[in-house]
Amino acid sequence: MSGLHDIVLTVNGERHAVRVEARRTLADVIREDCGLTGTHLGCEHGVCGACTVLMDDQPVRACLVFAVQAQGRALRTVEGLAQGSRLSPLQQAFVDNHALQCGYCTPGFLMLGTAILEQDPAIGDEALVDALSSNICRCTGYANIAKAIRAAAAAMRAETAAAEVA
Amino acid sequence: MDGLIPVEERPALAAGPGDFVGRSVTRIEDAPLVRGEGLFAADVNFTRQLHMRVVRAEFAHARILSVSTEAARAMPGVVAVWTAEDVADIPLIPFRATKVRGLEPYCQPVLARDRMRYVGEPVAVVFADDAYRAEDAAEMVVVEAEELAVLLDATAAPGEFAPGLHTEPTIVRKEYGEVEAAFRSAHAVVELELSVGRHSGVPLETRGAIARYDAARDVLELHGTAKKQHWNRDEIARLLGRPPQGVHLFEGHVGGGFGVRGELYPEDLLVCAAALRLRRPVKWIEDRREHLVATNHSREQHHRIRAAVDADGRLLGIDDVFFHDQGAYVRTHGARVVDLAAGMLPGPYRLPAFRVAGHFRLTNKTPSATYRAPGRFETTFVRERVMDAIAARLGLDRIEVRRRNLVTAAEMPHARPLDTLGVDVVLDSGDYGGLLDKALSRFGWDALQGELAARRASGECVGAGLAFFVEKSGLGPSDGVRVAVDATGAVELVSGAASVGQGVETVLAQICAEALGVDYARVRVVRGRTDRIEFGNGAHASRVTVMSGSATWKAALAVREMALDCAARLLQLPSSGLTIRDGVVMREDGLAGPTVTLAEIARGMGPNSRAMHGHTPGLTAERWFWSDHMAYPYGIHLALVRIDRGTGRVVAERYLVANDVGRAINPMLVEGQIVGGLAQGLGGALYEEFRYDPSGQPLSTTFADYLIPTIAEMPVVDVLIAEDAPSPLNPLGVKGAGEGGTNGAGAAIAAAVDDALRRPGAITALPVVPATVHRLLGGLA
Repeated sequence: MSGLHDIVLTVNGERHAVRVEARRTLADVIREDCGLTGTHLGCEHGVCGACTVLMDDQPVRACLVFAVQAQGRALRTVEGLAQGSRLSPLQQAFVDNHALQCGYCTPGFLMLGTAILEQDPAIGDEALVDALSSNICRCTGYANIAKAIRAAAAAMRAETAAAEVA
Repeated sequence: MDGLIPVEERPALAAGPGDFVGRSVTRIEDAPLVRGEGLFAADVNFTRQLHMRVVRAEFAHARILSVSTEAARAMPGVVAVWTAEDVADIPLIPFRATKVRGLEPYCQPVLARDRMRYVGEPVAVVFADDAYRAEDAAEMVVVEAEELAVLLDATAAPGEFAPGLHTEPTIVRKEYGEVEAAFRSAHAVVELELSVGRHSGVPLETRGAIARYDAARDVLELHGTAKKQHWNRDEIARLLGRPPQGVHLFEGHVGGGFGVRGELYPEDLLVCAAALRLRRPVKWIEDRREHLVATNHSREQHHRIRAAVDADGRLLGIDDVFFHDQGAYVRTHGARVVDLAAGMLPGPYRLPAFRVAGHFRLTNKTPSATYRAPGRFETTFVRERVMDAIAARLGLDRIEVRRRNLVTAAEMPHARPLDTLGVDVVLDSGDYGGLLDKALSRFGWDALQGELAARRASGECVGAGLAFFVEKSGLGPSDGVRVAVDATGAVELVSGAASVGQGVETVLAQICAEALGVDYARVRVVRGRTDRIEFGNGAHASRVTVMSGSATWKAALAVREMALDCAARLLQLPSSGLTIRDGVVMREDGLAGPTVTLAEIARGMGPNSRAMHGHTPGLTAERWFWSDHMAYPYGIHLALVRIDRGTGRVVAERYLVANDVGRAINPMLVEGQIVGGLAQGLGGALYEEFRYDPSGQPLSTTFADYLIPTIAEMPVVDVLIAEDAPSPLNPLGVKGAGEGGTNGAGAAIAAAVDDALRRPGAITALPVVPATVHRLLGGLA
């Protein structure tokens, strides 16, 4: 069928061969064709950020990207953060700091936070607020999300320092 | 062996932090949620499932002439298209009864019959093998309609709903004391006209419903449910003509509730009916635009209030007439929000005479119901505006006026000759004045006045405000919990409550662990499933920790007693000298001696154990908790705001919520509830509003128009959790903590903006939008 496109998406290092309509969003393909339902849809018009994934290390809203546009790019989703049973420092910090309640926005904030920590681990308070203001959480009031990102940055610094000493 | 001691004699939770209770332990819910392994509604899939798409009304009020479905039916992948005729056998969606009568004819049909009454009302549904195709086909359904006059103002004269029925189904009236005499003898009367805008819970996960008919077991299953599974199960069964045992509801993860999710909506019944008729699973996931016009709205009220005071500013009487904009239909809450607004309006103050008339009126907008602190966000705004007005009129300090009127600790419990939700209002416990002192001190109120003066002198427009609130929680009448220890010593707790993401599992596990003597991480909490427990009253009205928490406490203590009794026989020691630590029964005095694990005891109580002959087997107990009265948490909101003179934008700089919750089972979670609740309260105070154009077209249909606070809008928030006044009404002493963070936000922000503008009483409506403030600033010049 001419309306269908055969593409290969690389998600968390794993290749997924899928056949999609051009109009099919990356979010729908990640969730339904790849079976990775950790990426959530909150508004489907690019405001809430619940569907944030990393595309070539940049946070993007998977509801505003067509799957065909993501071919050849390295995609990362929430399912790729933990190493086996070991949570990433940011995931652990979200648990320790009560940075989630219902958990629906959490994957989006985790991916946004992961990008922030990778790009600017020493980010200033104002810049952090600015960066986090791109996503919506309806439960927590945000204070604990910012706290968790700070805590994860500290944990990662401590880890790096320990590695250097060793 | 169950029920060794009558439940009434079982001990209350001891004061102070225990092994688990009173401690900020991390949540047992979090692990799957941070790994992306949750099960939200959209994550539920069944093989051969169909996708439902709803065709919604595009006119606010119109007579339906025809609905043409042929073109849609011919689209690829489409299996069925239904209009009202196809579901004519399904009765109107009911509401949970209160003593208010006469609402039945105003309930909503699952698909619009004859008339469409609000933009977004379901008119037809399409079922197709793919969600995109269902949406394509829905666009091919043609609705011909003749527009009718719209009614958008609940303060305007009521119109006709249907022949013989006008748009004011009821007026909720409450009255006590000598109201007329109070006004005749008043030193002063303040009179205000105040309104609260239309906004709502708007959880980040939209609604979803997935129905499946399992013919092999003859069971209709509904997934993606929340809040009120048992009531919804019973009603779905009744409306679709099935026995309740043949319908089961399942709850996975729930992406926020806030009052709006988990009510019975047209879409829930449509997927169930379709699963039965089409013999395939049917999935419906709401999109955001639909959510903003289809899921319950809330809040919109207009009050005309008068207060009579003596020369000292003491309240003599309040007379309030208000208009509640219900939207197009009565939904599952009936007139509850009006009833709550009327019953909770007096708040923390001594009020000798009170009269209120709440006009429950229908308009051509999305139907409304409860949203976090329903009726209280509204009336705290109204009441605290009145207190500020009294202070201004009599030249008294805002704090002093409140102090003179607060019900004192010595007057507790304080019975008002009032009822709400069918129960008498009896303020169960509290030290209102004491908490006010603590809150003012913590916020640095006195020092702040000097800082404000200095900032104003340097040209800034800054101000501070406060609001006192009284919440309600622990709505009865009952809830049950079953606790069972399995052969490995793991504990399962089955509750009739539900989770909407607030941490129910952790809190119930903490209470269970404390009573039983196990690690809370070993407690598996089952909730929101009608197939696991016969009854339940759900998660709403800040009731779970009070009701299900108390039932958990009783059930876990019963299991503990069974275990100790059994261990005493096995160990040849008196049970009174034994305790349970980390799942092991041992001597309480710490001396060495024989021990036995709960796992061993549970194995010994199996059905094939000789010791169990003549007894019901299992180390398990089910207990119920009943309550005739609600527990009333209370607190204070304190806000510091800055106004941008150029734009009229209000910036909340610093905020304190002081909240007495009786007893905090998990202080970290209580604080989370309060800060998150405040974010929603600030949304309603400053940003969020469902607006309509004059023809009834909704203007707030995206997140670009309906403005939810982001982190950039949040002030620095401090939370003071007080436990000065444990509730005498339950063994834990708890009061609900879910709604206090929201309750006073509109009132405190309004007061702070007044103060910044140096114009007492300037703010009369929420949300306080920049245009209003800009206009008021212009008025200053």
